Amino acid sequence: MPILPRNWPLWLLVLALITLPIGVGLLWLLLTALFDQVHGLRPVGAFSPENWRFLFEGSVGGRPSIWVALKNSVFFATAVAGLEVLIASMAAYAISRMKFPFRTPYLGMILVLHAFPAVSLLIAIYYILRVLGLFDTLIGVILVKASLELPLGIWLMKGFFDQLSWDMEMAALVDGASRWTVFWKVALPLVRPGILALGTFALLSAWGEFILPFTFIVSGKSWTLALYMQSFMREAFVDYGLMAAVGLFYATPVLLLFLLGQRYLLNIYSGGVKG
Amino acid sequence: MRRYLTPLLFLSPATLLILLFFFTPVVATILLSFTDLSTTTFKNPSWVGLRNYQDLLADPFLKKIFFNTVKYVALTLTFNVGMGLLLALLTSLVPQRIGDPARALWLLPRILPPVVYVFIWQGILAEAPMGLVSDILGVSKNWLVAAPWTVVILANGFVGASFGMLIFTSAIRAISRELFYAAAVDGATTWQTIRRVVLPMLAWPILFVTAYQTLSLLTSFEYILLLTDGGPGFYTTEVWSLRAYHLALSNYFGNVEFGLGAAMAAVLVVIGVVVSLFYLKIFNFKALVSEPKIEIN
Repeated sequence: MPILPRNWPLWLLVLALITLPIGVGLLWLLLTALFDQVHGLRPVGAFSPENWRFLFEGSVGGRPSIWVALKNSVFFATAVAGLEVLIASMAAYAISRMKFPFRTPYLGMILVLHAFPAVSLLIAIYYILRVLGLFDTLIGVILVKASLELPLGIWLMKGFFDQLSWDMEMAALVDGASRWTVFWKVALPLVRPGILALGTFALLSAWGEFILPFTFIVSGKSWTLALYMQSFMREAFVDYGLMAAVGLFYATPVLLLFLLGQRYLLNIYSGGVKG
Repeated sequence: MRRYLTPLLFLSPATLLILLFFFTPVVATILLSFTDLSTTTFKNPSWVGLRNYQDLLADPFLKKIFFNTVKYVALTLTFNVGMGLLLALLTSLVPQRIGDPARALWLLPRILPPVVYVFIWQGILAEAPMGLVSDILGVSKNWLVAAPWTVVILANGFVGASFGMLIFTSAIRAISRELFYAAAVDGATTWQTIRRVVLPMLAWPILFVTAYQTLSLLTSFEYILLLTDGGPGFYTTEVWSLRAYHLALSNYFGNVEFGLGAAMAAVLVVIGVVVSLFYLKIFNFKALVSEPKIEIN
């Protein structure tokens, strides 16, 4: 607010108190991953490399190696983000720049789908993937994940193209460039902030994605890190130290992005990205 | 016709994927709900008309699951909107150099991988010596089993609160400075400023967040699945969408009853379609989501 109340330190105290659980949760994860024995938040044992054995041993308890899961996760997240950004940009460009029949209903449909809760479709999507022969493949899950986020992506990118001045593209068209060249060489480079924003959002969301691979992937060779970690949760005896280390390993890219680009993240998530 | 070839080319990949993974599933959910598709009949399911729906109504646990769903949506929604509002107000009442990082911190539960996020909850609530809550209270028990509903709502709420927080914060920032100055000149206290200047301006965003999150909570089950998987015990925290998922896609109960699960999902799909069409009508969606205010600093 433009005028801060004189007693703002008091409000800060309240804010700190309700935000405390988030910090405590992260601290617990960090300490449990690093030390042999932790009582609450007090490390009582020595630093424990034992928790990190999953990095060096080929397989823990018959699981595929973490490096296989890491490779799958990286492939999954980049493929989803790449597909989503490219396809959403193409559609958004057409909606923003071209005249075609049913343009308004198309836009309305995108908006309705943006609000529509896509998780309710999982059961039918399972059936469709089986029919298409894409069940239990990373490609299938990538297509599903990218598709379910398309309405959001198209809507976001359309906003960026709408703000772009038409002059540059007009000049290129007059010079005889094709529509595709104009899109690829002129318009796309100009909406780089949008591509970065949607790309970051898609990367983060695909990196964390659990329910889709959990439902549509069975084979260990296609496990992502989410499935790798979740497989420990189903065990009768929970090795908290090991799991915390796996969790910290898995969450590192997210935590790094958080530490380096807080303001950037705030802008992305305030910009109408679905919550 | 030729002049529409270019837009067609640009739109076809998106349209194809939307047809394949939005439209077909909507139709398929409804069609499958009229069949007896299950593990044993996967190859050639037969049409059974409304039988799945009759079975559903005859299910003695349907009532419990229905009220679980109402409880889950109502309580989580209250937490989300209330906490979102509180956070938006508190982070606006402190200097921005503190308010912004605090808001970013509240994004963490949302961007952390759900598996890691849920593991932290489970670990903190575990028995001593690991569990922090047991350690502090001096009573060693698994608090997730002792108070499953509290945990389900808090864990979902910590993720969901940031949505309202961000929307309410932009709404607060959009209030004209003059109003705050006028209130200050008139000697308004902080509470009076919030009550008379800020809150009236937030009425519409609050309605929007409530409407939007009601629909998404109704169908969301990811965190419950990871936290309690509907337990502990018999259907303690099982909600409608999770039950549909269990019936159709997990062989937890032996034979997978795909048709019955599809019938439960079809109810949600129909609600989803009707309600999101309704939202498009009542909310000026364009004003709310159309202009992304994204800048790269």
